[in-house]
Amino acid sequence: MNRPIVDARGLHKHFGSLHVLKGVDLTVAERELVFVIGPSGSGKSTLLRCLNRLEEPSSGSVVVDGIDMLDPRTDINHARQRIGMVFQSFNLYPHMTALGNVTLALRKVAGKSRAQAEALGRAALERVGLADRAGHTPGQLSGGQQQRVAIARSIALEPRVMLFDEPTSALDPELVGSVLEVMRSLRESGMTMIVVSHEMGFARNAADRVVFMDEGAIVEAGPPAAIFESPAHERTRTFIGQIQRH
Amino acid sequence: MIQSFFNPEIIVASWPIVRAGLLNTVLLSLLVVPLGLVGGLMLALLASVKHPVVRWPLMAWVDFFRAFPPLVLLILLFAGLPFAGLELGGFVCVAIAFFLNTGAYYGEILRAGIDSVPAGQIEAARSTGLSRLQAIAYVVLPQAVRNVLPDLLSNTLEVVKLTSLGSVVAVPELLYQARQAQSLTYNPTPLVVAAIVYFLMLWPVVRLLSRLENRALAGR
Amino acid sequence: MRGDWARFTDTFLNAKVMHKYLPDILSGVVVTIELAFLIVVTGIAAGLALALLRSLAIRPLNWLIVVIVDLFRSLPPLVVIVLIYFGLPSVGLSPSGFVSTWLSLAFVLMAFSEEIFWAGITSVDRGQWEAARSTGLSFGQTLMSVVLPQAFRLTIPPLTNRTIAITKGTALGTVVAVTEILGQASSAMSNSYNPSPLIMGAAAYLVLFFPVVVAARWVETKFAWKR
Repeated sequence: MNRPIVDARGLHKHFGSLHVLKGVDLTVAERELVFVIGPSGSGKSTLLRCLNRLEEPSSGSVVVDGIDMLDPRTDINHARQRIGMVFQSFNLYPHMTALGNVTLALRKVAGKSRAQAEALGRAALERVGLADRAGHTPGQLSGGQQQRVAIARSIALEPRVMLFDEPTSALDPELVGSVLEVMRSLRESGMTMIVVSHEMGFARNAADRVVFMDEGAIVEAGPPAAIFESPAHERTRTFIGQIQRH
Repeated sequence: MIQSFFNPEIIVASWPIVRAGLLNTVLLSLLVVPLGLVGGLMLALLASVKHPVVRWPLMAWVDFFRAFPPLVLLILLFAGLPFAGLELGGFVCVAIAFFLNTGAYYGEILRAGIDSVPAGQIEAARSTGLSRLQAIAYVVLPQAVRNVLPDLLSNTLEVVKLTSLGSVVAVPELLYQARQAQSLTYNPTPLVVAAIVYFLMLWPVVRLLSRLENRALAGR
Repeated sequence: MRGDWARFTDTFLNAKVMHKYLPDILSGVVVTIELAFLIVVTGIAAGLALALLRSLAIRPLNWLIVVIVDLFRSLPPLVVIVLIYFGLPSVGLSPSGFVSTWLSLAFVLMAFSEEIFWAGITSVDRGQWEAARSTGLSFGQTLMSVVLPQAFRLTIPPLTNRTIAITKGTALGTVVAVTEILGQASSAMSNSYNPSPLIMGAAAYLVLFFPVVVAARWVETKFAWKR
């Protein structure tokens, strides 16, 4: 295994009296694609959001690409540029064009000139197959296109890791494929990815490792074939059975 | 009737006085609207820190000025402060009173606008490395302003109308000048002229607003 | 330090002066309440009446209503007050300062509330009218038991805010010698050469209006529409 690029240890997260993460350890190697599955409320999204500190872990440690994310001396804004995140609800900025969405952080955080940022932005849109939609606003795009713009917004910053938080859950079924296609090509280019999703087919043929979470803890992890065909735990079996009957 | 309210000779004679007042009303508005907006923006940004230690005093501040008649505030500054040895003059008093009073109103509107922007917008911006302030400036505020544009415009209309309070503390704006002309000519025609000037100046804004408001309501 | 504080209270919170002018301020409070009550009742009633008239859709009448509403939304309330008080005597009518202020602010509130009621009425879906009429309800019955109840809910937050803003305008009456709070406080201040009465007046306004503002905030959240 290559050196870990994401190294999270002993993560706990409380929301008031709710104990959402109960000591989660997760290491991800460079170029690895890790799929996180589990019932809703199992803490998958919270885990993801702790990795780029959108959510403040109650205790534990998170090191990404050698940077201690929880150290108060860490420039969190700089660190976050290395960690792309794609949201279930896209969260595109509705008052900007696709290109504007992609170039905002390039200009304001990475300090690129407008021309440089636009060149990089167009290249990123090209990679998700939307070069011709640069001037469209989110309202003029389909859900699948919006999500691809959101992916472009992240990859334009050349992140070391990409986090996907249920990227296809808000999409109509016929639009899911185009987003998965972009994720597959990212994977082929060697991007390290952590994906929370219910797209089991994609997990089966693209993931290096599948992690099953339940009630705030990791129940088991392993290669997709092992998890899907012969899970070691009853809870995993039940969950996979429910998903596949679906 | 015509002799009292639309006396042509008096219109002609008083026009230079009224015109000077109109100019001052425009200048005063150009001063107090940005002043109120800046005050409001400061309050709204403070309010976006959703901590009870900030939130409650802020709400009390805003409600205080919503409860306090602006004229009372103005008189307090203009006639009260000199007793503490601070004589600010009518113009400065108007500026301060407007900063406080209209700032509270603008603040409340902008706060509602910021609240109307989904939390995912800030999260997306922060995930790409924008700081909290950058996320608010580039992502949240533009959407917030657009969402509450009718309310902002409506408040601005009220602010411009409110500049007429300047007449009470001898700021030579439109109403003050018209009253001067009225007392010089012993005829209410200048007041009617001033009213017509206000109407012509603000009517387009009122029309636009009632369109925007109807559209906003119909869209719910 | 102690001397400064004593001088400050002596100037702005002078007990003797306050005691002497308290009755004046209280009588001002009564006048302010009377004025506010009259403005709210007549202004909102007139606004509602205009909105209902407008729903009859008689074209020339609607034009007239829109012009009147726009006029009073465009003019600063103080201008209307001054115009009525100083202007009408030229045609032989001499309304008192109290009546001038009442009429002016009632007109202004009428204009704003008409606009708000009308927006509420038009926001009720066309299908509601059709459904009600299809069950045999008359125009008036539909308006009263189907449309207005829905419209009211929508109008309450903007209406309370606007009503507070306009009612605070009773302080403008002081310009035309109404003996409301600010008027009483100002004359007490010039009689006593001391600003304490003004502070009392300011406090009186807060006592009157602060609870209303807080209540309005509560109403606003209670009636807020889930979007």
